[in-house]
Amino acid sequence: MMMTSSPRRPLVPLVRVLSLLAAGLTALLTLFLIGYILLQGLPHLSWELVSTSPSYISQRVGILPDLLNTLYITLTTLLFVLPLGVGAAVYLTEYASSRRLAGAIEYAAEALAGIPSIIYGLVGMLLFSNTLGTSLMAGALTLVIMNLPTIMRNTQESLKTVPQSYREGAFGLGAGKWRVIRTVVLPNCLEGVVTGCILSVGRILGESAALLFTAGFAHTANDFFTALSSPGATLTVALYVYAKEQGEFGAAFAIAAILMLLALAINLLATLSAKFFQRRNAS
Amino acid sequence: MNQPVITVQDLNLWYGQSQALRSVSIQIPDRAITALIGPSGCGKSTFLKTLDRMNDLIPSVRVEGQVLYQGQDIFQTDVNQLRREIGMVFQKPNPFPMSIYDNVAYGPRTHGTRDKKTLDQLVERALRDAAIWDEVKDRLKKNALSLSGGQQQRLCIARALAVQPRVLLMDEPTSALDPISTSRIEDLVLSLKEHYAIVMVTHNMQQALRVSDQTAFFLLGELIEFGETGTLFSQPRDKRTEDYITGRFG
Amino acid sequence: MKHTAKRSEQVIHALFFLLGMVAVACVILITVYLVFSGLPAILQIGPGPFLTGKVWASTAAQPQYGILPFILSSLAGTAGAILLGLPVGFLTALYLAKLAPPRIRALLGQAVSVLAGIPSVVYGLVGMMVLVPAVRSLFGVPDGAGLLSAIIVLAIMILPSIVKMTVTALNAVPQEYEAASLALGATAEETWVRVTIPAARSGIAAAVVLGVGRAIGESMAVMMVAGNAPNLPDSLFQSVRFLTTAVASEMSYSSGLQQQALFSIALVLFLFIMLLNALLNFILKGENKL
Repeated sequence: MMMTSSPRRPLVPLVRVLSLLAAGLTALLTLFLIGYILLQGLPHLSWELVSTSPSYISQRVGILPDLLNTLYITLTTLLFVLPLGVGAAVYLTEYASSRRLAGAIEYAAEALAGIPSIIYGLVGMLLFSNTLGTSLMAGALTLVIMNLPTIMRNTQESLKTVPQSYREGAFGLGAGKWRVIRTVVLPNCLEGVVTGCILSVGRILGESAALLFTAGFAHTANDFFTALSSPGATLTVALYVYAKEQGEFGAAFAIAAILMLLALAINLLATLSAKFFQRRNAS
Repeated sequence: MNQPVITVQDLNLWYGQSQALRSVSIQIPDRAITALIGPSGCGKSTFLKTLDRMNDLIPSVRVEGQVLYQGQDIFQTDVNQLRREIGMVFQKPNPFPMSIYDNVAYGPRTHGTRDKKTLDQLVERALRDAAIWDEVKDRLKKNALSLSGGQQQRLCIARALAVQPRVLLMDEPTSALDPISTSRIEDLVLSLKEHYAIVMVTHNMQQALRVSDQTAFFLLGELIEFGETGTLFSQPRDKRTEDYITGRFG
Repeated sequence: MKHTAKRSEQVIHALFFLLGMVAVACVILITVYLVFSGLPAILQIGPGPFLTGKVWASTAAQPQYGILPFILSSLAGTAGAILLGLPVGFLTALYLAKLAPPRIRALLGQAVSVLAGIPSVVYGLVGMMVLVPAVRSLFGVPDGAGLLSAIIVLAIMILPSIVKMTVTALNAVPQEYEAASLALGATAEETWVRVTIPAARSGIAAAVVLGVGRAIGESMAVMMVAGNAPNLPDSLFQSVRFLTTAVASEMSYSSGLQQQALFSIALVLFLFIMLLNALLNFILKGENKL
């Protein structure tokens, strides 16, 4: 007896074709974006561009200040967010005994992860720029709040994989809680911290809306400490200003190419570190 | 019977609502091996973990009754000091993911020994006492996880010995090991009883018979019978003990 | 000695407790700041005229503060982006999870990660330079910057999150379900459509909600391609402003009631996002209960 096919049946084999098409589209899109940005941007990338500051007098465009500002803001953000995020994760997995409190903290972290950057920009402006002035420091502190959930979540995932038997072994020898955490737990959650850092750096490099009103868009090359207290544009903000307000598309594409290369590098780094830890855990 | 090092009186323990130990009273003799036997879930491991307060790590546990270690109430003393004097060896070998040397030195360092020479001596003695020195003396800096399962367990015993405890608690220390490693650990345990009080949970009745001086039989959270090992196995007083050791339930 | 040891442990515990509470404190702080700075203008303008007013003329002699155009543009842009991005993202995820040979899966997975890592301003730049002129010449409109361009850029930008979430959801479906279906004589495709996808539905729903959140919250890329005039989104080629870009485009030079109104817009956006968060949480928690 032959089964009669259901009316939906003819559509079903199409699934294979359609998903292949969609995947092809996604792949083409990515290739196009990478190729287009690099083709348009790399010709404009010169040593002069990356080693000088812009000058209205000589009508020169230089992105050295933006490069430096990006570096400074990334370092400063990590410096603050790492202890906060790792500490919060340690509290959640090692200390928190109340489920409701832990739930509230995790919910808060999720909420932070979902808030759009423009809102961070506004709140950062109210909280930090109004007190510290529009400055890289105000921008970095805003980014600290934005990246807190990333560091927290990745560290937490990693802490969960530290075997309970390590903790028991250390407690059984009479070690106090803090010593157990410091010597046996934390050294074994390195993977999560590293992954969190890589993801955060990616996010910091790509962020713009949260920085417009907190860090501002000045193009002066400063040393680290001066820069922290002065306004300054990061690469993304500079791209926006050059493209949207000054029509300097060459510079904008050059920055876009740098950002693209950084995004590719971060992706590679994430893959390599995952492989590294996989191999280390296997041995 | 030797002087008791631990005296337990009327110990009750609950995990949340369910009672895991019911008015257990027992005296653990010094410089002797006490085996705890009974079917799984009978409370023997729970009882063992109460002696060095490892149950503190579980939030829902509630304890009533008295446990005296050398005359002192263990629930009133500093828990870290208590665990220093009452060491523990776990069912599955659990060396830390660090070097062999650092594993053994972990305890002494925890309790404040920093001097390199003293540490070297402590580590060597503990490894010798645990009968593993000859196998590892040339690779003390190697990761402890590279050792075999049996070696890992002897390393864990060395790690416990390095803090110079009085009592050694062992929770089925050979259940994860092959027969050869098992017999090495048994020999080691026998040699250790000259200096330590040893309490060992075991599933293996031959093992209890081979190594222990006293045996305690637990069933459903109760201590049914406690006595000299040979007597308990040859002439059990309680019907339930007899049923268990003759294999009628398990 | 014993007591000092205990004391230091307590201090460390307290310290970690404080670190744990930072996230909670931040959420409370952000909420309080937005409510306090956003409410006054709403009260002064009136919630009705503010939310349903069709005209935004903040710098006119007789300023008008109606944000309906922004709300509708945000909704239209997000809906459009989901309409375009969801099918492509979903089918790409299906390919990645079920069809792709290992090498291609790894490569395409990398491509999706790269897509996720490209900064919004770069999307905006490509949108400005490629998409906007293309829309203009393809459809013969005077300016390509508008709702359609914004929708296309957003659809591409939400693609990675939809793909990643959906792949995770599809991979989480137990192998036994599929085996059972295949053992009954169903083809692989039928199994995906009738068994795997329905079993992964809450994860897929979460992917959609996440995509909505991304799209409704994006500002810089939209700013660069949407034209940015405060119009009602009555055509695909209309120059529009989203809630996000309404805040961003006037913030740097605003003051007084105008600035307060911008905070009110941010508050409205924030409420949208919190609602989405609650929805996301509900969907994922519901799954765990099953």
